[in-house]
Amino acid sequence: MPEISRSPATPATTSDNRSAASARPSRRVFQHRILRRESIIGWLFVLPALLMYAIFVLLPLLLSIQYSFFRWDGIGPMTWVGLRNYITVLEDPDLVATIFNAFRLVVFFSLIPVMLGLVVASIIHRVATGRLGAIARTVLFLPQVIPLVAAGIIWGWLLALPGLINQILNAIGLTSVTRAWLGDFDWALPAVGLIGVWVLLGFCTVLLLTGITKIDPALYESARIDGASWMTEFINITVPLLRQEIGVCLTVTVIAALAAFDIVYVSTAGGPGNSTAVPGIQIYILAFTEQRIGLASALAVMLMLLVLIVILPIQRLSREVMR
Amino acid sequence: MKKLFWQTFSLLLVASMILTACGTPAVTESPAATEAATEEVPTEAVATDAPAEASLSCGTDPVVLNAYFETGFDIPFKLAEEFTKQYPNVTWDIKQDQFTNLINSTPRLLSGDNPPDLLRLPTMVSFAKQGLLKNLDEYATVFGWNEWPVPQLAQNRVAEDGTRGSGSLYAMGLNYSLTGIFYNKDLAAQIGMTEPPKTLAEFDALLAKAKEAGLLPIMQWGSAKSGMGLAFPLQNLMAAYGPVDPINDWIFQKPNATIDTPSNLEAAKHLEKWIENGYFPPDINAIEYTDAAARFGKGEGVFTFNGDWQNAGYDTDMPGNVGFFLMPPVEAGDPPAAMSAPLTFGIAANAKNADCAAFFLNWVATNDTAREINVNIGGSNPGGPLGAIMPVVQEGSVTNETLAAGPVVGEAGTSMDFIANATSAIFAQGWTPELQKLVGGQQDAAGLLKAVQEEYLRQLTQ
Repeated sequence: MPEISRSPATPATTSDNRSAASARPSRRVFQHRILRRESIIGWLFVLPALLMYAIFVLLPLLLSIQYSFFRWDGIGPMTWVGLRNYITVLEDPDLVATIFNAFRLVVFFSLIPVMLGLVVASIIHRVATGRLGAIARTVLFLPQVIPLVAAGIIWGWLLALPGLINQILNAIGLTSVTRAWLGDFDWALPAVGLIGVWVLLGFCTVLLLTGITKIDPALYESARIDGASWMTEFINITVPLLRQEIGVCLTVTVIAALAAFDIVYVSTAGGPGNSTAVPGIQIYILAFTEQRIGLASALAVMLMLLVLIVILPIQRLSREVMR
Repeated sequence: MKKLFWQTFSLLLVASMILTACGTPAVTESPAATEAATEEVPTEAVATDAPAEASLSCGTDPVVLNAYFETGFDIPFKLAEEFTKQYPNVTWDIKQDQFTNLINSTPRLLSGDNPPDLLRLPTMVSFAKQGLLKNLDEYATVFGWNEWPVPQLAQNRVAEDGTRGSGSLYAMGLNYSLTGIFYNKDLAAQIGMTEPPKTLAEFDALLAKAKEAGLLPIMQWGSAKSGMGLAFPLQNLMAAYGPVDPINDWIFQKPNATIDTPSNLEAAKHLEKWIENGYFPPDINAIEYTDAAARFGKGEGVFTFNGDWQNAGYDTDMPGNVGFFLMPPVEAGDPPAAMSAPLTFGIAANAKNADCAAFFLNWVATNDTAREINVNIGGSNPGGPLGAIMPVVQEGSVTNETLAAGPVVGEAGTSMDFIANATSAIFAQGWTPELQKLVGGQQDAAGLLKAVQEEYLRQLTQ
């Protein structure tokens, strides 16, 4: 035991320093100096990661903001155009439509996975304990492991006119419902959304399930003694105590919806018409196919601001509840 | 956390302002500098490369040609292999990518530190204007390319004002593809087609018969992932209803060119009627190019609009059962027209082995073995000088029919480039979404042409 109390070298040194410092006129100044030195050491530890973050995240972000004020083809000279690119984004109905499509995707990428995830998590928690629970968790989480591009391609096959989903519909006599889901103006976006539900449901379920296991079992027990049904437990105990996890789920999935690119690009590439075109696809086409780096950057910056506007209230709400 | 966020945010904002402020003067000054640099490139190229006859080969010293080819097309790879067999000092460093990725990466490849000696060019006008492509005029003089039958080089010429079709040569075709209508001979016999239709009305009658017989009249692709395949029948209809020159002018970005003409409107209305009649697959908006080719190969569809690059695929899927004819004109006796484009390859302005690459391009069109590879693997006309020997094609191959159709279009002077190639993004942002809307009943013929013309002008004036 005495060895252990001696072993943390730093506190010992600090206390030695402190006692030495007490001899000096201003103890506070010295403490301040130590704190500063500690904070410098702390920064040094963070520095390598910070440097990487600055080079690969902050710098591109700043450059995008810079490009958004210019007309530039990526190679030749840049011409200052002020806010012209931002005005173009707002004036072009096709570009504005992509933002609306992104919000429609939020329903499929965020709301459905979170709501369904809550139900599934609480069912697994109540019914499927032990090995069954582990299997259920693994199966639900599996889509997270599959690359989104592969998921998009496979779902493209499943949703095609001769695909498995239409075969099943035919087999159960729903031939009138069958269609090329990803080529239909009304159904393409929900079909892309379905792929999102499949991918994100597992993530939400596992996160929420972890949250549920942290809830004091005594709460459920006393509720059950009072004769509470599963529904009452779910609404009055599970959901309120999971608000922070729900907040995280919503944050991650809303960003996935608003900044969607891979699933959409691989399954529909924005078609038919522009019915599944999202900002990510338009940024890609504007920047690389049309070589309009400035306009693409302006749309990207607006997308970033949009994500912040949507995410910040969610963050705030989930934190307020914690207090 | 909140404080940290606002601190970071304001830091970013300030930094961006500083950056923008710093950047502005330097950047606004740069046009002149860059223009000068751009002008310098060709001058320098001419000065150092002024190709003397003697140096215009790959020499005897080891040469590694740095090349970028398109994934999924065997011809350039096979030609490169054969070239090394004949010129063992030349080896290849070949990188490959999908066509759509090439569109996006070409500017960076050309302006990078290791510019390719030879690359598949998806588009060329902007790169020629930016001084990124080598001007091939000198090579054309030395190799005698200018004496080749005219249409071959026209599409690869860019004038100083940025219009295509005339001016300096910036690329060469490895071969010259031809498009038209392929048909399933068995199914065509079922609907009583004994010979290819001579007029559009005859073709319409055949389509109606196919529909009546419960067959799919036309197999075509239309997913945004591979681009809208209805652009093929539409352009063929345009050339059937009107002259090809205004269409080419539009593709070549000639001043005041428009796609919204009365005869093109007739063509678009005709296509609309085909859609309404159910001549295309109901899931066309979700069908990709490869799916359409495979489904036609399995017997779905009597006709399909495509190009001779698919010949080998059709021959494999349905040996001896695929026929080809050019889109028939409205009036009997008028010449048929067709989209025909070179498989375009260019040389970077700063390429290290430009002479050797040019020698290769010349070899492809003039060497007998190369021409044979070109026809048998690519299925397209190898072009080249007047009177060059046309390789023998296997009997029963649809290539015989496409090769025979080539001179018909050549003599009539009715070949066109693709309306999808007018600008680098007109296909993705114009034709594809608007034609998909036409299929979905969300757009009509007049609106289609108007929307595409507006998109075209938007892209040109950017």
